[in-house]
Amino acid sequence: MADIKKTNEQEQDKFEQSQVILTPGQLIAKRFFRNKLAILGLGIIIAVVLFCFIGPFFSPYGEYELFYINEKTGQEVSMYDSEGIKEEGVGVNVKAPISKDHWLGTDADGRDVFTRLMYGGRISLEFSLVVTFIELLIGVTIGGIAGYYGGKVDMIIMRIVEIFYCIPFVPFMLVVSSFMVAFGVLPQDKIYYLMIIMGFLNWAGVARMVRGQILSIREMDYMMAAEAAGIRTSRKIFKHLIPNAIPIIIVMATMDLGSFILTESTLSFLGVGLAFPYASLGNMVNAVNKSVIMRNYLNIWLPPGLMILFIVMAFNFIGDGLRDAFDPKMKR
Amino acid sequence: MDNIIEVNSLVKHYPIKAGVFQKVVGHVKSVDGVSFSIPRGKTFGLVGESGCGKTTIGRTLLRLTEPTSGEAILNGQDIFKMSKKELRAIRPKVQMIFQDPYASLDPRMPVGEIIGEAVREHKIVSKAEYRDYILKIMDDCGLRPYYVDRYPHEFSGGQRQRICIARALALNPSLIIADEPVSALDVSIQAQVINLLRDLQEKRNLSYLFISHDLSVVEYISDVVGVMYLGNLVEMASKEELFKRPMHPYSKALLSAVPIPNPDVKMNRTILKGDIPSPANPPEGCKFHTRCPECMEICKKKRPEFKDYGNNHQVACHLYEKTK
Amino acid sequence: MAELTEKQEKKAKMKEIKKTNALMYKKFNQEKKRKNIPESEYITTMRDTDNIIELDNLKTYFYTDAGTVKAVDGVSFDIPKGKTIGVVGESGCGKSVTSLSIMRLLQGPQGQIAGGKIRYNQDNRAIDLTKISNKEMQKIRGNEISMIFQEPMTSLNPIFTIGDQLSEPIELHNPEMSKEQVKNRVIELLKLVGIARAEGIIHNYPHELSGGMKQRVVIAMALSCSPRLIIADEPTTALDVTIQAQILDLLRDLKDKINASIMLITHDLGVVAEMADYVVVMYAGRVVEQGTVKEIFHDPKHPYTIGLMKSRPVLNEEIGRLYSIPGNVPNPIGMPSHCFFKNRCEKCIEKCAGDYPELISVTDTHKVSCHLYQKET
Repeated sequence: MADIKKTNEQEQDKFEQSQVILTPGQLIAKRFFRNKLAILGLGIIIAVVLFCFIGPFFSPYGEYELFYINEKTGQEVSMYDSEGIKEEGVGVNVKAPISKDHWLGTDADGRDVFTRLMYGGRISLEFSLVVTFIELLIGVTIGGIAGYYGGKVDMIIMRIVEIFYCIPFVPFMLVVSSFMVAFGVLPQDKIYYLMIIMGFLNWAGVARMVRGQILSIREMDYMMAAEAAGIRTSRKIFKHLIPNAIPIIIVMATMDLGSFILTESTLSFLGVGLAFPYASLGNMVNAVNKSVIMRNYLNIWLPPGLMILFIVMAFNFIGDGLRDAFDPKMKR
Repeated sequence: MDNIIEVNSLVKHYPIKAGVFQKVVGHVKSVDGVSFSIPRGKTFGLVGESGCGKTTIGRTLLRLTEPTSGEAILNGQDIFKMSKKELRAIRPKVQMIFQDPYASLDPRMPVGEIIGEAVREHKIVSKAEYRDYILKIMDDCGLRPYYVDRYPHEFSGGQRQRICIARALALNPSLIIADEPVSALDVSIQAQVINLLRDLQEKRNLSYLFISHDLSVVEYISDVVGVMYLGNLVEMASKEELFKRPMHPYSKALLSAVPIPNPDVKMNRTILKGDIPSPANPPEGCKFHTRCPECMEICKKKRPEFKDYGNNHQVACHLYEKTK
Repeated sequence: MAELTEKQEKKAKMKEIKKTNALMYKKFNQEKKRKNIPESEYITTMRDTDNIIELDNLKTYFYTDAGTVKAVDGVSFDIPKGKTIGVVGESGCGKSVTSLSIMRLLQGPQGQIAGGKIRYNQDNRAIDLTKISNKEMQKIRGNEISMIFQEPMTSLNPIFTIGDQLSEPIELHNPEMSKEQVKNRVIELLKLVGIARAEGIIHNYPHELSGGMKQRVVIAMALSCSPRLIIADEPTTALDVTIQAQILDLLRDLKDKINASIMLITHDLGVVAEMADYVVVMYAGRVVEQGTVKEIFHDPKHPYTIGLMKSRPVLNEEIGRLYSIPGNVPNPIGMPSHCFFKNRCEKCIEKCAGDYPELISVTDTHKVSCHLYQKET
């Protein structure tokens, strides 16, 4: 009798020990990589990042390098070739078709579209990264304070959040832009100011989300238990609250990365963002304003448009995948 | 008598706020003047239905919610008057076990860390002894040593509850407040946890405040039992007294409402009419009079006093006041 | 190297699981799409015409990503007409899945009835509920077989009044009734479940009622079409003790009034002892013991049943140490071929390591599945 009980227990032990232990992180990774769309998204982002940040090293052309063409010889001349452009019969090589030298042709000003796509993607990605970083920095701190302390602090912060929600974004940016012109900000620096302003404008959403999350975690029994055990406040925040709030912050950040690409494009399209001759996905699409280009030169405006589409889609796939991986119950 | 904790006229009112300016329009009288004491090494069982304030009592004793008034004397000190710093120092002495074993463990911490976190915080043992200490506590609670590095999501409800018990125990407490510790568990697992609690009590001379709605479990584990209704104790006596000779009509009804697992026993059941009134607006007089099968005129007007009718059997009911 | 092969093995296994799952989903979908099923396919005969439901080797599997979960694995028992049968077991033992299989409310595409029969005794014919079309099932569901769920809060729709919710099934299944008749029926039902001010309550919304009242309304809803079988899944678990007593009293009262069979699913042995005529004890998807309520409570045979009874403290009964079944409720994937209870059983014998024990009849009604009672052959 006793023997059987013992062997039973041993069997149970053996069985349990043989089981693979997965940390929550490993579990999340496993669930994430099972999601095909999320992997596709990750692939697209990696490809885009490589293209934008490594690509320029392999491109023989510069971002705003103009190309001229010698109509007599049919030879192409770079703007840096001071001798060549002085020759007779040399004109700007605008709207060149797709060729071996210009994989996506040249745009209305005679710049290489393929190269500009790299630089444009780079600035767009940088823009959304910086904006997301700033908004998270402010939003998480303020939202965390509101959620953790509650009461009056929370009340005041949430009213401020509501005020920020009321700012009409596009008109505000137009105003800011004209101010910048008035104060003589250099066109190439404008985008950096915009990043900071955007970050400051967008923290409210993050703050509200983080506050809600912290409020709900704060009421969990394990936080009560930590309180009852007399754990230090700092430890409660950094070891319990934040690790449990991080999933939702990551998901939100991923989604925002995508949406800020769109915002940047909108701003550049409106002429508020990065100005010529610098490239951004938005002002490259801007070329579509001219109906001739829209109809006849797809190679000029479609690639940046598709790139925006793919980046935004990819970030959304990753965001969705992460959310499902963090919390499988939220699926469907 | 040697009491581990003495609670005197504990009151907890939650304000009901309304309107733009959050004006207080009333109070939910969650706990409305409750006094009891828990003898050292014994178990005090607190019984009552949902909304009677039993959970609030547990939480106020830990100051997880601040009481409105009253005192709770632990080792000659009033818990409710302590400063934050003093409170932190005595935290290990009073620990809590929660009802929901799924919500009470941080999903992002391995078991060893969950149990040991506060041990390091309060420097219960030296660094050298730390690991052995944790393993010993785990062993005491029936947890295998290799669970140390596992995460809560891998465990079933019963094992999680053992982890919760180990976490409480690791601080070497003298009083454990157990808020419905077994009601979320399967029947066969309930017995394991109850037995574990009992064994630990014997071994470590622990005192328990055992909060539950399950009368049969309370009878099994408690030494003294208090019955609560709408924020007040209506009856308090030793286990034997209360279960053999319940006096308050509410206690009687509660006892007779428990289904007996014996098909031959056809009980003559006192079935209470109606529902529990809202604690925001309790009835006048005796709070139980709206549902009481033995209600008298006086019950509707005057609140009965909580009196001792011999044998340390305290009841708040007009039925017995008359005869005395 | 060894690790590699292990990984490959795991991968192959995952592939296998995926393949079977896809196959099963396909089969299930095809069956679901069929509209006109010839009568000959689902007409059967009852083993005993006094039964309302006969479960015959019912198998309900869940085809999950982690593998096939045999939630109900060859369960057979009968529900006699007008009687109450109590199904007891712990979480995950398959008691709720059994009831959902009868109602054909399993979560597709994972959950499917993989085999066995559910014979249902209609007035003049016997049909197999696993075979009939969804449309046919819809007519039975709510009308002839109804269900009471555990959470009264979630089984009522918060945006409709009590009156609306109660009249809906009545109108649906009795299109010939006039509005006035329906209303009268609703009030009659509410009175039947012990709600005194029925006329007032029909205009209330669910959130205005207390838990006990809501459960009464849910019961009234289940009764609305005079069902022949009521499945009550933990009807009192979410309620307070005194309210539970009210509801149990009501159910017992109704049992005599409505002449329906009740399948009561619960983990509370006390409730079963009070309510049921027959008891079925389930463990890990199988029936381990069944019999009349007296047989089960006075002469339990299976070590699991015995353990369950002993592990609950009973009011006013002195016990030294509470008995507890060691170990945990087993993981439902990849169950062993031997008795599922073996690792937790204190009376385990040599034979238990062998095949799964068959159901052995102790008396005509009392059956147990345990090697201890196997007659030597």
